[in-house]
Amino acid sequence: MPTVLILGAGSDMAVAIARKYASAGYALQLAARNPAQLHALEQDLKIRHQVAATSHAFDALDFDSHASFYQSLPAQPDVVICVFGYLGVQEKGQQDWQEASRIISTNYTGAVSILNIAAEAMAARGNGSIIGISSVAGDRGRMSNYLYGSAKAGFTAYLSGLRNRLFHKGVHVMTVQPGFVDTQMTQHLTLPPLLTAKPAEVANDIFKAAGKKKNVIYTKWFWRYIMLIITSIPEFMFKKLKL
Amino acid sequence: MRKQLSNWGNYPTLDCDEAAFSVEDQLKQYVDTHEHIIARGNGRCYGDASLGEHSISTLRYDKVLAFDETAGIFECQSGITLDQVLDITVPKGWFLPVTPGTKFITIGGAVASDVHGKNHHAEGSFSNHIISMQVFTGKGLLSCSPQQESDLFWATCGGMGLTGVITTVKFRLKKIETAYIRQKQIKAKNLDEIIRLFDEHKHYTYSMAWIDCLQKGDSFGRSILIVGEHATENELNAKQRQAPLTLPGKLKLTVPFNLPGFVLNNFTVKAFNALYYAKNTKRVIGNVVPYEPFFYPLDAIHHWNRGYGKDGFVQYQFVLPLEHKDGLAAILRRISEKGWGSFLAVLKVFGRQDDLISFPMEGYTLALDFPVRKGLFPFLDELDALVLDYGGRLYLSKDARMQQDVFWKSYPNARKFESIVQAYNPGGKFRSVQSDRLQFNYGANS
Repeated sequence: MPTVLILGAGSDMAVAIARKYASAGYALQLAARNPAQLHALEQDLKIRHQVAATSHAFDALDFDSHASFYQSLPAQPDVVICVFGYLGVQEKGQQDWQEASRIISTNYTGAVSILNIAAEAMAARGNGSIIGISSVAGDRGRMSNYLYGSAKAGFTAYLSGLRNRLFHKGVHVMTVQPGFVDTQMTQHLTLPPLLTAKPAEVANDIFKAAGKKKNVIYTKWFWRYIMLIITSIPEFMFKKLKL
Repeated sequence: MRKQLSNWGNYPTLDCDEAAFSVEDQLKQYVDTHEHIIARGNGRCYGDASLGEHSISTLRYDKVLAFDETAGIFECQSGITLDQVLDITVPKGWFLPVTPGTKFITIGGAVASDVHGKNHHAEGSFSNHIISMQVFTGKGLLSCSPQQESDLFWATCGGMGLTGVITTVKFRLKKIETAYIRQKQIKAKNLDEIIRLFDEHKHYTYSMAWIDCLQKGDSFGRSILIVGEHATENELNAKQRQAPLTLPGKLKLTVPFNLPGFVLNNFTVKAFNALYYAKNTKRVIGNVVPYEPFFYPLDAIHHWNRGYGKDGFVQYQFVLPLEHKDGLAAILRRISEKGWGSFLAVLKVFGRQDDLISFPMEGYTLALDFPVRKGLFPFLDELDALVLDYGGRLYLSKDARMQQDVFWKSYPNARKFESIVQAYNPGGKFRSVQSDRLQFNYGANS
């Protein structure tokens, strides 16, 4: 059975993705900063889906550890899904470099660091796939979350370039652009119910699109068109809006 | 996030702050920084028991921790729903020891309400099958069982979340050979006949009756008794026997929006009941059916609660001691005279249960829906008085409107329960709209 590595496996979206892949029979490698908190999920996947599952310590911000983390995995994963992210607090990040740096390092630098390593391994092998969970926030910077948005924009551009390069090596790269998702990360926000996806819907969309080797997906699907409208507003008008 | 929350009855609807947790640390952090918290599972209690200033959803705390397929012991986090448990255990030959009439409740909710099922007279309520559990109390995370911290254990079973947030539960499952039920349905012309039929069929593991509350005269209390046993493999037909522990494919219906209130009126309800009664053309029907339509007939229609319109409904469920068959008739008569009742009511005979605060007691329990309307609550207060007179009580999981004195008078251990709540939840960190309405004294926060 193929193996999928989930980076940032503690989040609600990651749980849904792990369950979706487990239900299709994939073996799971779960990685998060505190692997003790993954124990329940690991048991859950084994019991519900009768698949192999292991937990691993992984800190997105500890770049130096990434190579040894990847080497020490019990099997080289066929699919790597980069789910971790840090929304942070925009207002805090405007004044506090620690916060701004954490937002950038988690969402961009940390993701690039680990995916570089996975990409080299897959390119050498000539197969595999990499799925990066970016965000529609990266499609256009807005006053309410441009630190997060700009880091995700960087990540989106990275995935696009990586896809271009690895296509020639037989490795598939997919960019996932979720809109609002009902998770722990967003529970302090009041989100419009019709525009907000459940983590399980996002997981289903990802699994289906990955099977069809899609390049860029939006989830829910209509976010592609919402973002099309948002990105087509001329800058002289956009800057006057309070978004 | 602030939300308009209501439970299954769509009454009351309240503005609550809702949060969720998926790991224990998040729960701890939430409990440490908030007051007036109440746990909420899948929102399938009917009234206000899981509504509060701060409602904390357990739905993301839904991991299976252990499943011993040989001994039939299951351990899970509290937010998993019964349908998920069944999906895991039934293919391995194990069933829930007790299940209510919907599989869309959480295990935490099953404990907090100490739910009963069609097998109460034979196998007791859910608490009867719990080995141990963990509760995040006002004094931190504690383990309890009938042997260890037994006061906490018994105050948590049926305790409506007032001892804290139930986090993990370990319980015994029931061995089955097939996913099917061998059932028998028997029509009863009136109340006397149905009570007699219950007695004649008390050796069946599962029994309940649909009763038509709108009938008067000779047909007063006409009903259909439904009894069943888990089918053995040799009771299945050839096709079923190919995969005895797998359910055949299922069709889902839904009520997509709230129906206008006038759709369910006295006429349509009467017509529905007549059809329901008439569909059993023979007096006795016996057959083998999958477990889903037997245990969960209404789960096949998603959002059936919307059928009562946007004002919502209350489900009224009471129990009377066995010796008060006359009380059952008296209350039913009041309900049929008023004509405000629901499609169908459920009648069941409970077996013995002597624990701290759970609803069941040996006797007759009747549950029926009343759409919320002007004059309903005074009418239900009158019914409450009758229930009290006959030594009965109301089910807290269905309740949205009981006056506080009804509760304190009808639950003999209520004050003892209150004192245990004070010990584990000093000052009432955990409290609901219901517990405030019932005027709980949470004691002082020491």
